[in-house]
Amino acid sequence: MADTYLQVIFWAFFALMAIAGIRVVTTRNVIHAALYLVATLLGAASMYVLLYAEFVAWVQVLVYVGAVVVLMLFGLMLTRAPIGSANFDNNQRLVGAVCAGLLFAVTSFIMVGAFEGQEIDFTGTEGTKVQSIGEAIFSIYVLPFEIVSVLLLAALVGAVVISRRDEGRVDS
Amino acid sequence: MPEGYFGSYVTIGVFAVVGLVLVFGTLALTRLLRPNVPTRAKTLTYESGIDPIGTGWAQANVRYYVFALLFVIFDVEAVFLFPWATVFEDLGTQAFVEMVIFIGVLALALLYAIKKRVLEWL
Repeated sequence: MADTYLQVIFWAFFALMAIAGIRVVTTRNVIHAALYLVATLLGAASMYVLLYAEFVAWVQVLVYVGAVVVLMLFGLMLTRAPIGSANFDNNQRLVGAVCAGLLFAVTSFIMVGAFEGQEIDFTGTEGTKVQSIGEAIFSIYVLPFEIVSVLLLAALVGAVVISRRDEGRVDS
Repeated sequence: MPEGYFGSYVTIGVFAVVGLVLVFGTLALTRLLRPNVPTRAKTLTYESGIDPIGTGWAQANVRYYVFALLFVIFDVEAVFLFPWATVFEDLGTQAFVEMVIFIGVLALALLYAIKKRVLEWL
């Protein structure tokens, strides 16, 4: 019985994600596109919750919905382009569609190949423990973890270099 | 009180629904009760009591981008601190050193930003 409820919830969030995802690329206003992206990312977070991956879900909300979208909105506010109009459209839709379709096909192929026939056993589980994630990061994937910090450092240095005014010039 | 893993999310859902009903229910209720006499001054965007100038779209100063990026960086750092805290006792010195290196590199980023004077308020 509970499974039926979960199915209904899953398909409800799936519909939300699908509609929001389509609106991201079809809406004429880029700010609206960013806000639809928030809905899509929240839908992804709900998928993680349904998969008992609570920690990943809230990280998704905290980092993607909280920070990355804020960064994107800032990026939009900084551009001089006439935001809110259809000026972002161009005649490369076909190329974009082909690229997106290929990307979808390749990732689906890899995913299916990697996990084919495997089923997740949810009985009696309380979800992925944060401890297991922590153990994986801090004993197996130490180097990628440290590289993340270097990546973030590089991102900040790049942003500072681009946004800083010339030395001595006073910005009004 | 629903129990279990999804039960706790049912509780959150109930709270969310109550919150939404409270906000939009109140708005709908006042819509039924209040008189509706729109004038130009009333429909203007509220801008701290001053008449708004120009459109809603203005180009923001690029320096604010650094603030947003710093927020992202320390958001990510905070996210890594949670799993770190759960395994700190088991891994001990190893986890400590790993996190010190991580935070050290990010502190370098903060130091760079301070040194380049991008964090000063104009």
